[in-house]
Amino acid sequence: MADPLLEVRNLKVSFRTEDGTVQAVDGVSLTLAEGETLGIVGESGSGKSVTMMSVMRLITDPNARFEGQVLYKGRDLMALTQEQIRGIRGAGIAMIFQDPMTSLNPVYRVGWQIAEQIQAHDKVSKQAAHARTIDLLKSVGIPHASERVDDYPHQFSGGMRQRVMIAMALSCNPDIVIADEPTTALDVTIQAQILGLIRKLRDDFGTAVVLITHDMGVVAEMADRVAVMYAGRIVEEGSRRDVFYRPQHPYTWGLLGSIARLDRPKPRRLATIPGLPPSLVNLPPGCAFGPRCAYRFPACAQTPPLTDKLGNGHLDACLLDPQAKKDARAGATPPELVEDAT
Amino acid sequence: MTADPDGDVLLRVEHVRKHFPIRKGILLQREVARVHAVDDVSFELRAGETLGLVGESGCGKSTLARCIARLYDLTSGSVIFDGRDISKLSRRALRPIRGGLQMVFQDPYASLNPRKRVGTIISDPLRIHKQGNRSEIKRQVRRLLEVVGLSPEHVNRYPHEFSGGQRQRIGVARALALNPKLIIADEPVSALDVSIRAQVINLLDDLQDELSLTYIFIAHDLGVVRHVSDRIAVMYLGKIVEVSPAEELYRRPVHPYTEALLSAVPIPDPDLSEQREHIVLEGDVPSPIAPPPGCRFHPRCRYATEICSREEPPLVEHGPDHLAACHHPLSFTRATAAGGQATAAAGPPPEDQV
Repeated sequence: MADPLLEVRNLKVSFRTEDGTVQAVDGVSLTLAEGETLGIVGESGSGKSVTMMSVMRLITDPNARFEGQVLYKGRDLMALTQEQIRGIRGAGIAMIFQDPMTSLNPVYRVGWQIAEQIQAHDKVSKQAAHARTIDLLKSVGIPHASERVDDYPHQFSGGMRQRVMIAMALSCNPDIVIADEPTTALDVTIQAQILGLIRKLRDDFGTAVVLITHDMGVVAEMADRVAVMYAGRIVEEGSRRDVFYRPQHPYTWGLLGSIARLDRPKPRRLATIPGLPPSLVNLPPGCAFGPRCAYRFPACAQTPPLTDKLGNGHLDACLLDPQAKKDARAGATPPELVEDAT
Repeated sequence: MTADPDGDVLLRVEHVRKHFPIRKGILLQREVARVHAVDDVSFELRAGETLGLVGESGCGKSTLARCIARLYDLTSGSVIFDGRDISKLSRRALRPIRGGLQMVFQDPYASLNPRKRVGTIISDPLRIHKQGNRSEIKRQVRRLLEVVGLSPEHVNRYPHEFSGGQRQRIGVARALALNPKLIIADEPVSALDVSIRAQVINLLDDLQDELSLTYIFIAHDLGVVRHVSDRIAVMYLGKIVEVSPAEELYRRPVHPYTEALLSAVPIPDPDLSEQREHIVLEGDVPSPIAPPPGCRFHPRCRYATEICSREEPPLVEHGPDHLAACHHPLSFTRATAAGGQATAAAGPPPEDQV
């Protein structure tokens, strides 16, 4: 395999708080190849956003502590100065945030905001930046782009604002776009438009995408590879088909089971994961999912490593042996629980 | 959840309209336009039934819910709850009725007063409606906490000490305090994580069985709505465009908007999601200030013809209990061929077990 475009090595992020140290990210390692789409799923507080924010060096909290390496084209981003990292943000790695309402500045015209970024990275004239802005807005499907470029963010709908955010992210032809819950604030029909747009731009420009989301459906539609996070760690990682059709970690089973799905007969009751995600303050050693796991056994008191047990690049952090998992999965949904949909 | 098809009609909503005036001027406050939030909506709800209400933001589903609960005054139309027209009652006359009709709100962070203890939040309805003396109320609060799966020891805690899912349970306990017949749940699980969402849905499910409640369940997540509902109403720009028994709606959508809505839901199954056709609606929902003439969906509809922009289609029957408002209803074969979800729902689950 060629050198990955982005490699995160054993990243740890902790925050000092009044209640103790919050270990938000606990030893995450990831790779992203050129043109690849990686989906990171997990619930709130699982560390998925903090991981990618750390990659971009966007966490400025003085109470945050970082360990580990983030290699982008062989350079360690964690060792760069603020000045150097600014050259990479936008031009090398760009980010699309969740909330298009708050991530645009309401007092500047959208065209100005995009052109500002172009001029910050490339030595181009004002006119050239303006022209490129209009092209970008056209390419993300904003009608009457040459007029709308002078509108303010409040004059755009939520979906249109997210398109502006995407145009802004693409303005300097980045190698990687990190999309942090890009469609969570949008309606399903608008979500379908935006996902289609991201897919099209990815194919046209060959951009690698890191898609952070809590929606398994969105991941199934978009990602090549999927990483499932829980309590600051990756608990399972593999190709999209492996994770959805042959999930190996009980947390992934629970996550997939608790979705009310349109493509299956309706179950009488939704499967649930009992309990709550653990507090990340002074998390005890051992498998973080252990207390909620039905298949817990004494070995779970040790922190399980993320290993490739099947030998096919499908990693998981569960100590059960593959055969036991197979049996557990087979018994997980007794057929009598499935209500005949007819 | 199975409804008794012959159950008594608990709620009848007739031609409800809610328009919000847009005013201009300082002194005269002249009305310059109206937001047509809910426009001529009618439906019936039988006791013990769950009606799912779906639609995108701004389609008027929350406004409709608030009109039914009389948190808003109606512009016109009537709401008959338990045999009584409550649409024109005064605040005072409404008070004894409110106990029978409660709401659970979307945001578990904003809908609980952060300065009040949980015990106070849940007992407020009991005190306002003078149900029992202090010790009876105290006992009742502890019982309610147990019913929704919280520990009675938590009565003296504040909302911030609970997680989102637990807060939503507190909201449910408050709604249950007065033994309501009808609970209107406005996006009760939208703010929650998937694994917690399933817990709250199962709780609502159990409560319905135990207390024979009737629900109006508003959500934009079509999977969740299908799971909880007996019947589903789809709203678009202030109007109901399709009402149908839940399973039927997913198998045989009649309105093109329903079809598009269903196809837009991402399915957590890579192969299936590649196979099925994605209908992507162009553009945004038009403004409810000046809704399009004729069928309100026609500017975004792929089947639209000339008549659609001229005449508004009435809500007519397309099968038992299945109403839709469309000039070009999708026939059974077309729905199956185009939607994909119809075949998906009927087919055996794809192989995903290890």
